[in-house]
Amino acid sequence: MKCDHPDEPAGCGAACNQARRTALKLCAGAVIGLVATAKDNAYANDAASSRPQAGDRLVLADGESGANAPLELTSIAVGDKPVPAYPFDPATGTLRDGSRLNRVLLVRLDPTGLDERTRARSADGVVAYSSVCTHQGCDITEYNPDENVLFCFCHFSKFQPSHGGEVVGGPAPRNLPMLPLRLEGGQLVVADTFTSRPGATM
Amino acid sequence: MHKNLKPLVAALVLAPTVALAALPPYAAVTDKRLDKPEPHNWLSYRGNYAGWGYSPLSQITPENVGKLTLAWSYSTGMTEGHQSPPIVNNGYMYITTPNNQVIAMEAATGKELWRYKKSIPEELQQLHPTNRGVALYGNRVYLATTDANLVALDATTGKELWRTQVADWRKGYYMTLAPLAAKGKIMVGSSGGEYGIRGFVAAFDAETGKEAWRTYTIPAPGEPGGETWPGDTYKRGGGSVWITGTYDADSNIAYWGVGNAGPWMPDTRAGDNLYANSTIALDVDTGKLKGYHQYHHNDAWDWDEVSAPLLIDMPYKGRNIKSLVHAGRNGYLWLLDREKGGEIGFVDAWPFVEQNVFKSIDPKTGRPTYDQDRVPGTGKTVNFCPSLWGGKDWPPEAYNPKTGLLYIPANNHLCSELTGEPTKYQEGQLYIGVALQNILTNVRIGEKAKTSVGEVQAWDMKTGKQVWTHTYPEMNWGPLLTTGGNLLFGGGTNDREFHAFDASTGKLLWKFPAPSGVTGVPSSFEVDGEQYIAVQAGWGVDAQRMQGAFDAVLPHKTVVPQGGVLMVFKLSH
Repeated sequence: MKCDHPDEPAGCGAACNQARRTALKLCAGAVIGLVATAKDNAYANDAASSRPQAGDRLVLADGESGANAPLELTSIAVGDKPVPAYPFDPATGTLRDGSRLNRVLLVRLDPTGLDERTRARSADGVVAYSSVCTHQGCDITEYNPDENVLFCFCHFSKFQPSHGGEVVGGPAPRNLPMLPLRLEGGQLVVADTFTSRPGATM
Repeated sequence: MHKNLKPLVAALVLAPTVALAALPPYAAVTDKRLDKPEPHNWLSYRGNYAGWGYSPLSQITPENVGKLTLAWSYSTGMTEGHQSPPIVNNGYMYITTPNNQVIAMEAATGKELWRYKKSIPEELQQLHPTNRGVALYGNRVYLATTDANLVALDATTGKELWRTQVADWRKGYYMTLAPLAAKGKIMVGSSGGEYGIRGFVAAFDAETGKEAWRTYTIPAPGEPGGETWPGDTYKRGGGSVWITGTYDADSNIAYWGVGNAGPWMPDTRAGDNLYANSTIALDVDTGKLKGYHQYHHNDAWDWDEVSAPLLIDMPYKGRNIKSLVHAGRNGYLWLLDREKGGEIGFVDAWPFVEQNVFKSIDPKTGRPTYDQDRVPGTGKTVNFCPSLWGGKDWPPEAYNPKTGLLYIPANNHLCSELTGEPTKYQEGQLYIGVALQNILTNVRIGEKAKTSVGEVQAWDMKTGKQVWTHTYPEMNWGPLLTTGGNLLFGGGTNDREFHAFDASTGKLLWKFPAPSGVTGVPSSFEVDGEQYIAVQAGWGVDAQRMQGAFDAVLPHKTVVPQGGVLMVFKLSH
């Protein structure tokens, strides 16, 4: 069961609303359970694989130290290679690395080059996008500054991070999901859930 | 009822029965049938165990091929690389598509009988969203999937009978090959050489799906060949197996091709790195390694030697040899000898495309020496030919026993430039050691490549001579089919054409503009006395990757539309 975005097919109407309500109730229970039995691994894994939530911080993916230090605005400069990160729930200490669909890439761009909607979802030029290509689910790791694109090695899909992750090349059928950010005391904070479902489009 | 209506009503009542009667009861596929397939069928990946890609059917000839026309076609609804041959058993046809689907249909009409869709894990990444076909065995159809499952389906209903997880897709294991069926076993191998896997061939009981044996292509310390890998590099040494093996039923030995060693830079794994870039001989009952030939050691060029060698018995320099023939990604055409007990002897080798890496080939062992200036390394930028896609990538060669010629789908005059960089293994992530931007723009197009790149070559293996060559302006990713009617078929070009050649002379006789580029394996079959030629159009994966690299370095860009369509041709009467 997923507690954040139940992935029901579109157009299933009342039946899915019912499923969603049930899921939400169960999730509420799970959260209480998590508080009551913080060491229960089953619940901890659920939280680790649930999608990022507003208020989450971001920590370096594949970090060597294991310390979940929240990334700050000053951690990323314009021109840096994309920074892979996972969301981190500071309230429960949960690193949401239980699903590769939670992984994001952080890039810092000149805020004046962002379109209005993208700018509203960025933190002083820092934008966060799903690192999973919407074509066949490959990892996106690279940014090409010459073309201003995030690109996928597998099949050459290209996405424009300054314009909401719009597809500008290759076979990907839809935008790269964006994870809206805001700033809080210099820290990068997740402002909202993904703008669309991360992962391959089958 | 009016008298005159009676026959009509009777006909209408009978009509469904007649339609059903068009397909006979399903005929079980036995070892005997796979070893000596009936001319009217195409029962396995290459049509026979020897890997020939040959149909003895001879109704379609150089004289009448101009009248070849679509009998029917079928949209798969999928994009990406459609590579599987239409496999046909007495009028039942099976194709596979990207995203692990199988479609069963009536071979003569294209009427769908059933469709199987393997559910795909949400988190799966597919570097190669393709599949190279089913294996038929008994009354079942077997599929190997990109989430590393082996699935058995009922051939008449498509019902899933069992499913076995072969390896962990989260760690980068995935399967794209058509399984090999023999002696009650279904054999598969795994891709994932760019994800730090340790390659293997594994066999499963055809009836139950239980694993019978697993032989790693990369030996551990203490095993023969284990000393060719430093430290624990063997654990992530690559050696993918992503093309179906060939099989000698007399000796019960299957021959498999093994992919590149990983990561790409050779200094990260000093040594010969057995059995990467080799062909290996495995006993089908036990999986025991009986012999091998390593085409080149300590690979530095991503030259997977993954196509299984063809089994051709022929005279050569005064003696009869049971040969193994392989057109290598390393640009050499290899003639090897199936010796007793499974050992493999070296006979001869010839470059079939521009190659500037090998300085010599040992006449006894076939071991090459390298020009060190053409060997990439960590922190070293090197230009080499052929390109990392090699002289011939996965698209299979074909052999015609009537012409005595071997046909090679080649890419010539292409080179690559690579710069090695340090890399760190992380589970399930690319583990290459070359910057991705470098790989995407690796290709170097020399003067000769401005005239032609793709080639269809015909070789007389008895003399080691190239008999004819047809050139294409740009790439060739077209698997080949040859027939008893003295024809050779292949697509593979970015102009979407599917071609027919005179197999003896190489004269282009016919071509057909397909809806997408044709990188499917063609097959031929006969139903009710009519010969058909069948092939899937559906450009994608590596052909498109090469196209992307061409687009990056050439002044012009080429759009090759995607979308799978199965095309079935026959003569117009």
